[in-house]
Amino acid sequence: MRHSKLGRIAVAAIATLSLATLTACGSDDPAPGSTGATSGGDKGGNIKVGFSQLGAESGWRTANTESIKANLTAENGFDLTFVDAQQKQENQIKALRDFIDQDVDIIAFSPVIETGWDEVLQDIKDAEIPLVLVDRTVDTTVEDPYVTWIGADFTQEGRTAGEWVKKNHPDAKIFELQGTMGSGAQTNRQEGFREVIGDNVIGEASGNFTRAEGKAAVEGALAAYPDMDLIFAHNDDMGLGAVEALEAAGKKPGVDVKIVTVDGVRDGLQALHDGKFNYVVECNPAFGNQLADLLRSVKAGETVPKETIVIDEAFDQTITQEFIDARTF
Amino acid sequence: MSGPTVELTPDTPSSPPPAQPAAQPRPSVARRIMQHQLFWPVVALIALIILCGIKNPTFLTIELRDGNLFGQLVDIARMSATPLLLALGMALVIATGGIDLSVGAVMAISLAVSLTYLDGAANPGSVSTAAVAVLLGVAVALAAGLFNGFMVSVLGVQPFIATMILMVAGRGVAMLITQGQITTVTSAPFKFLGSGFVFGIPTPVIIALIMLVAVAILVRRTALGMLLESIGINREASRLAGVQSRNITWLVYIVCALLAGLAGIVYGAPTMAADANNIGLMKEMDAIMCVVLGGTALSGGKFYLSGTVVGALILSTIERAVVIFHIPSQITPLFKALVIIVVCVAQSPKLRELLRDGAAKLRPRALPEVAS
Repeated sequence: MRHSKLGRIAVAAIATLSLATLTACGSDDPAPGSTGATSGGDKGGNIKVGFSQLGAESGWRTANTESIKANLTAENGFDLTFVDAQQKQENQIKALRDFIDQDVDIIAFSPVIETGWDEVLQDIKDAEIPLVLVDRTVDTTVEDPYVTWIGADFTQEGRTAGEWVKKNHPDAKIFELQGTMGSGAQTNRQEGFREVIGDNVIGEASGNFTRAEGKAAVEGALAAYPDMDLIFAHNDDMGLGAVEALEAAGKKPGVDVKIVTVDGVRDGLQALHDGKFNYVVECNPAFGNQLADLLRSVKAGETVPKETIVIDEAFDQTITQEFIDARTF
Repeated sequence: MSGPTVELTPDTPSSPPPAQPAAQPRPSVARRIMQHQLFWPVVALIALIILCGIKNPTFLTIELRDGNLFGQLVDIARMSATPLLLALGMALVIATGGIDLSVGAVMAISLAVSLTYLDGAANPGSVSTAAVAVLLGVAVALAAGLFNGFMVSVLGVQPFIATMILMVAGRGVAMLITQGQITTVTSAPFKFLGSGFVFGIPTPVIIALIMLVAVAILVRRTALGMLLESIGINREASRLAGVQSRNITWLVYIVCALLAGLAGIVYGAPTMAADANNIGLMKEMDAIMCVVLGGTALSGGKFYLSGTVVGALILSTIERAVVIFHIPSQITPLFKALVIIVVCVAQSPKLRELLRDGAAKLRPRALPEVAS
């Protein structure tokens, strides 16, 4: 991604690419982070699943990985080969090819980027292995590349947040703290939210999903929109940045300025419990059980819906400390 | 207004107009000010601040809360600390005719090392542990600088390529250190570096000021600054004249990386999250922009620390103005680009000639060229 921004100079781009391959040292290992493939000892009836996770770039992703590993176990009737791609497409393609060679029953993966999968997807199709996409989607020329996709509905998350605001603070003057512009989570959460209560949004700024930039944006918003009394942040981290900015300005987050966020990571829920957030819509990473059910249906040859939406919850300040402590992410 | 003015004062004495030939017919004071390389950047900065102030009068207020300064201008000063730290080192490197593209990645490595150490430490809340964490982070930055300097000065690799190695590989290193996770820890003394106050002034501002003064003394109160410029003008001629080109070039890459390491720590301290993918991303471009906005030419041979300070302030003021002017997020990049284009065009020697007009055109002079 960094390449494309530098790409103006062709030479630079080429140099960068060649360097990138250099830095992928250690990628000679057959599968980085592979958790022992049990090729020989197949227990009869177990579904052989090859799962390629894109990496572990955030707490959300780690929780997602843990949930998948915890549900696709031998006891539950799965024989899982899990490979962490460490956020490199070449690792992921390699893992997918390994899965084909191992002749697994189902391949599941979360693509690290949308494009560049044509060849390997065609190979998977030729090998007649059903493919399940998890969390993210692909953009490919291969026809009908996957049987089903499972992930979160960002638009619905935005809608849920909007409906809470409409019900509880219908006159709110809202400042919207957007995620990285153009990302799926930003575009769709905004769309869903504004569908419901767009007229009340008086200002917006991007905080790039980070605490630091969320804080900076809210510092500015305090002067630019002095009458704002509700912040809708596209993720918890920016909401936490907003809390810091509000407290520094002598305002009480959750009281003077209400905060509604999406994600539901532990830090965010803690802020909710402490009364600094008012409402948190979950973006649930722990959908391993839903994935397991889906994989069973695919294996049994049942027709599955093209899309499976992960069940998201939403929390208000009545959340209990026990619930937060039990949170794995 | 006191926020930015405070930052400017210590730097002013360190920037004698080095480019102006001494034997000149005395131009009028107004004209001398107009022709100073800082004139247009300062005008742009003040104009931005005034426009924000008109749009929103509270923008200009600075209040004292619990003995600490608060206000939009204070925020801007605090936000300027990171780009300034990077740009100070970058200005020195650019003066030698080089460039350091690795500063953003060095930020990520330093912060990753510091926070990973804190994460594993028995008592992350103690001052001594935090101090060790900072030292470790800076030490790793030192190693990065040694590497960059070695590539450029000893092996003679083009600076653009030599530092691009770390720019790309550095993030990989940071990812290895954090094992691909976002490491978060809690340590009050470490956090203080990013969001604390000293004598009512935000700590990052103090740190940036100390470094600014240190660098200014290093290059302007010794011959080092002149030697840097001579290397930037003609490396070989400087060497033949007895300037230790190799060692000095090596040194500036080390200084640049050290400042970048410090910038990483200051930037990451408020949130205490070592996000190897995002910390310092594209910050090398910010640093180069600060240096160029301040009137330093990318061709080397000349540099202005005071201009660099103004450049950093402009950059963070634009960042804030976007919110103050209620600019929709989709067009913020366009707005930023427009302001920067205006500043760069205003600095262009051609335009200045047009402005200067007539008789003044006859005087030959070395104007700072602006790479835009």
